[in-house]
Amino acid sequence: MAESILKRKIGIEKEIDEFLDQVSEAGLMCQNGMDAYLKGNMEAFSQCLASIRDTEHRGDDLRRSIEQDLYRKTLIPESRGDVMELLEDMDALLDRFTGLIWQFEIEHPDICVEFHEDFKELLRCSSESVEAVVRSCRAFFKDIYSVANHIHKVIFWEKESDKVTTRLQRAIFGRPNLRLSHKMHLRFFAKQVERIADEAEDVSDRLNIYVIKRML
Amino acid sequence: MFAFFLTSGLFLGWSLGANDAANVFGTAVGTRMISFRKAAAYCGIFVILGAVISGAGAAKTLGELGSVNAIVGAFVVALAAAVTVYWLTVLGYPVSTTQAIVGAIIGWDLFSGALIDYGSLERIVLSWVISPILAAIFSALLYKAIAYGIKCLKIHMFRLDALTRAALLFAGVAGAYSLGANNISNVVGIFVPISPFAEISFLGWFRLNAAQQLFLIGGLAIAVGTFTYGKKVMLTVGEGITEMSPVAAFVAVLANAVVLFLFASQDLQAFLLGHGLPAFPLVPVSSSQAIVGSVIGIALIKGGRGIRWRMLGEITMAWIATPIVAVIISFISLFILQNVFQQKTFIPVEYRMTAEAEQRIRSAGIRTDHLADLQEIYPNASQFQKALSQRAILDDREMGIVMSATEIDRTMVTSQSINRINRSALKDEQKRALQQLWGKTFEHRWQIETALAELSPAWRMTPGDAEKNKEIMRDLDYVYRLIRATD
Repeated sequence: MAESILKRKIGIEKEIDEFLDQVSEAGLMCQNGMDAYLKGNMEAFSQCLASIRDTEHRGDDLRRSIEQDLYRKTLIPESRGDVMELLEDMDALLDRFTGLIWQFEIEHPDICVEFHEDFKELLRCSSESVEAVVRSCRAFFKDIYSVANHIHKVIFWEKESDKVTTRLQRAIFGRPNLRLSHKMHLRFFAKQVERIADEAEDVSDRLNIYVIKRML
Repeated sequence: MFAFFLTSGLFLGWSLGANDAANVFGTAVGTRMISFRKAAAYCGIFVILGAVISGAGAAKTLGELGSVNAIVGAFVVALAAAVTVYWLTVLGYPVSTTQAIVGAIIGWDLFSGALIDYGSLERIVLSWVISPILAAIFSALLYKAIAYGIKCLKIHMFRLDALTRAALLFAGVAGAYSLGANNISNVVGIFVPISPFAEISFLGWFRLNAAQQLFLIGGLAIAVGTFTYGKKVMLTVGEGITEMSPVAAFVAVLANAVVLFLFASQDLQAFLLGHGLPAFPLVPVSSSQAIVGSVIGIALIKGGRGIRWRMLGEITMAWIATPIVAVIISFISLFILQNVFQQKTFIPVEYRMTAEAEQRIRSAGIRTDHLADLQEIYPNASQFQKALSQRAILDDREMGIVMSATEIDRTMVTSQSINRINRSALKDEQKRALQQLWGKTFEHRWQIETALAELSPAWRMTPGDAEKNKEIMRDLDYVYRLIRATD
């Protein structure tokens, strides 16, 4: 009986896993969306936008359902507040990916070809940092002692994204024949992508505290 | 009148429920793993089941109050203990109800001139030290082991939560069951011999004998106590001493149960010795004190920074205050009841060196030549003991033999007392032997025991068979109470 309790997945566990899947998938979809945009394939871009919107809605629904369960069934009373904050933070990361694709759709930034690789690289670093946070979160629920193994990767990818952003900004502002407004627009997008990694790092810092609290 | 006397027992039950439920559900409620209402409901149900099913295992059990020889005295003693526990419950401190009862009995001993059971006093003081230390050691060890197990098994946070919840509930209901079974005799045990209830049969499905009906009422009183006033002490145990995690909450309850089982279970000791295994020494362990020790043990292993020492100091003071306050309340109440309301709070027990007593003492290997002049009647135990100690130096064992041999207790076995024997209380052979004593009078209590032993082997002690001898002692006590009640 004990074995079946140990092996059986409880509903809320499934929901949390699925919610984290949505965050992780949003990163991949965002990369696909940017690729399509940079290639000028607007049909594929529109599909990506639709998919990421669905993912965001699904993520919101799951988060609400999990939070309601946490309070209705008074689950994990000592960590309930921390888990709620963590889920909200993860949802905010998901929203960042969706927001980025929306901004591409609304503002249609004119990204010069020589910056394409750097933009892709920057988004990859930010997505990797989010991916590392997702893994940290899964570990927080399943194997709290291994959270640290994932958190240091978040920091690594955040630093990488900093490097790429700096390089990209230098390149943008160093390029002649571009209006200042254009340069500033491109810088804004670079910063938007970088912010995802920054926020992922903030989440990992808070997660570190939650881990310490649970270990006490 | 019976109903009136019963009220103090029920008040004691209510206080016990309000205070001792914290020993089993305090940490679960304190960590919010089980809501108070749910805990109180489970606790109430299992306390009642424990009281009715297992409390009646020895229908003759009288509990601590059995030593009080007048019903008004027992009423006051129970009331004094209940008031003490109630007062400390209002303040929110986990205290031992048994220690309050023993304190109240000492108040009665002092008032009636009976011998004070210094052994009980010693056990109380030892319990203040031993219970928390043993429980703290066990909880610290268990916590380390369980934390390591959780680390290795990599259990999901929510599964761990579900498992801990189930474990806390299971430990809680098991604890509540034994709380009911072990304490019901203290609550209503004294009223069993004078119970006016008749056996009730529920459509032939199950029967409740007179004792069980009393135990049911007592169990209900405990359950009501938990429901109406149990939360405060539960929160003291669960979050007042230190903040706890749910796993720690379970470890605390588990350590409490393990310590009680290993160091206070006579059954376990008999089992281990019976199988040629080394047994744990029996030490006075109180659940109320052990649970506090368990919580401290876990807090210490985690560095001890979260312990609220002030609260711990207050709890310790409450432990010390429990028996002392009970002694004072009991003594003063007895004084008022005896002198103002002219109630008989004790039956004076006289002592005299009769020829039979002298013979019995000699047969136990104690010289009686300088005790022979104690043939006048002494009005109570303490005066007789004083006279004894002026004449001879006796050790505790010898003193015990002389005191029990010389205690005057004139009784007559009447048909009324024989007729009132509970159907399941005695074996047929024992009953037949008792019937043969009909109409006989006895000067000392031990003479009934000797007479019964001569009449039937079922009343004879067997050297070395502690279990059987204990059973016979309980049966004798029951018979004696019965004769007393119908005297």
